[in-house]
Amino acid sequence: MGDVMEEESEIIEEKTETIEKEEKIRKVVIPGDMLGTGRAGHGTYEENGTVYSKVVGLMEKRDELIFVIPLCGIYNPKRGDGVIGRIDEISFSKWIVDINSPYQAVLPLSEAVDEFVDLTKTDLTRFFSYNDMVFAEISSVTKTKSVQLSMKDRKCRKLRGGRLIKVTPAKVPRIIGRGGSMVEMVKELTGTQIVVGQNGLVWVKGDNEDIAAEAVLEIEQKSHIHGLTDQIKNMLTEKMQKGDINEN
Amino acid sequence: MRIDGRKKDELRPIEAKVGVLKNANGSAMFRMGNTIAVAGVFGPREVHPKHKEEAERAILRTEYRMSAFSTTSRSRPGPSRRSKEISMVIREALVPVLFLEEFPKTAIDVHIEVLQADASTRCAALNAAALALADAGVQMRDLVASCSAGKTNGEIVLDIAGKEDTDGELDLPVAYYPHKKMITLLQMDGIATKEEMKKIIALAKKGCEEIYEIQKKVLKEKYKEGDKDEQ
Repeated sequence: MGDVMEEESEIIEEKTETIEKEEKIRKVVIPGDMLGTGRAGHGTYEENGTVYSKVVGLMEKRDELIFVIPLCGIYNPKRGDGVIGRIDEISFSKWIVDINSPYQAVLPLSEAVDEFVDLTKTDLTRFFSYNDMVFAEISSVTKTKSVQLSMKDRKCRKLRGGRLIKVTPAKVPRIIGRGGSMVEMVKELTGTQIVVGQNGLVWVKGDNEDIAAEAVLEIEQKSHIHGLTDQIKNMLTEKMQKGDINEN
Repeated sequence: MRIDGRKKDELRPIEAKVGVLKNANGSAMFRMGNTIAVAGVFGPREVHPKHKEEAERAILRTEYRMSAFSTTSRSRPGPSRRSKEISMVIREALVPVLFLEEFPKTAIDVHIEVLQADASTRCAALNAAALALADAGVQMRDLVASCSAGKTNGEIVLDIAGKEDTDGELDLPVAYYPHKKMITLLQMDGIATKEEMKKIIALAKKGCEEIYEIQKKVLKEKYKEGDKDEQ
């Protein structure tokens, strides 16, 4: 009897292993879908000990934690995100920045400029004027959703010229790629400067802006395809070669 | 057998599509027989006018509208007493499933246009609105499914359509929050006994369950491609 039991438990173990493997392929869930028992992470809620999804997205399970990565929706500011914003308003010692979200962000002078500024003598438009674009980091978000920006980080700067592309914020990770592989490849092949904001804005500048912009939109549209990096690479090399011929 | 050849507990043919409007954050079309509704969701976004803003939750604003060409005789465009009432009941049917506290100080706008009316327009409108909200990425406890039931020629039937509505004895639209088995909208036009009432509601709930399955299928289909993704 004991042997049979052991065998059975082995089979069960094998089964759970295959299930775990299957779970690595993320499952699409919609609001109200039952996700099992565990700790409710973001994108989920708990009711009577069971976790349910509250957004359309991809379910993930890490140990006890169950969470859902949303596939759609507007940008909700998060601390530490690098965002692209437009200067909306200038007040005495700060800028109000539109960050493509329902909440406006505040960029204090002290967080944006290194040098000493005499506020009685200086016009803040000297640094940033209306409609200027900046890349800044979100330094804090309060519960009441007041958002603070900081430009102390080295990567933060004013974005001069170039063009802006709006994409779905949920697809930004795909545009960046694993460890920045996707965006680095586009930059390299087109010779453009690209800045990707977590808030769904992409800034492109350079001689081949058109091609780079097209690539970004292509990535957004085909974000679900396997081996997209290679596909985009082929498309870009082809386009760039054509461009060379036309120039000659 | 009914006028259009359906069984007593049969829904009209249903067609649904998610993501039909490009400029909206989320959108959906829902067709039940000859009733067609399109819903577009904008937001969560900043509230205008500012004084309507609420500090601890998002506000939900719904607008139900019938196109001038939606009925056999031209319906006058613009808000009417009827459309204002329906906008309100739709709003109240949706609020219980939404996590409005997730986006304080914002507004979620739901615009619903009925392109073609053939009874149960508020049900089609609600079904489209629920799908559009999910498509917009709004946090929800569940979808809302809606359908009507009623009485014609002394018989209790599901999903009232056309002549059954205009000549029938009773029309009862129901909106349903499937996972909690809660009714979020219940209206009645007609007279019924207590026993009949119980039967009609039970039938409508059954119809809602069927519609809920269709809604889930359609919504998953749009995002299914994301299944195999890496990153």
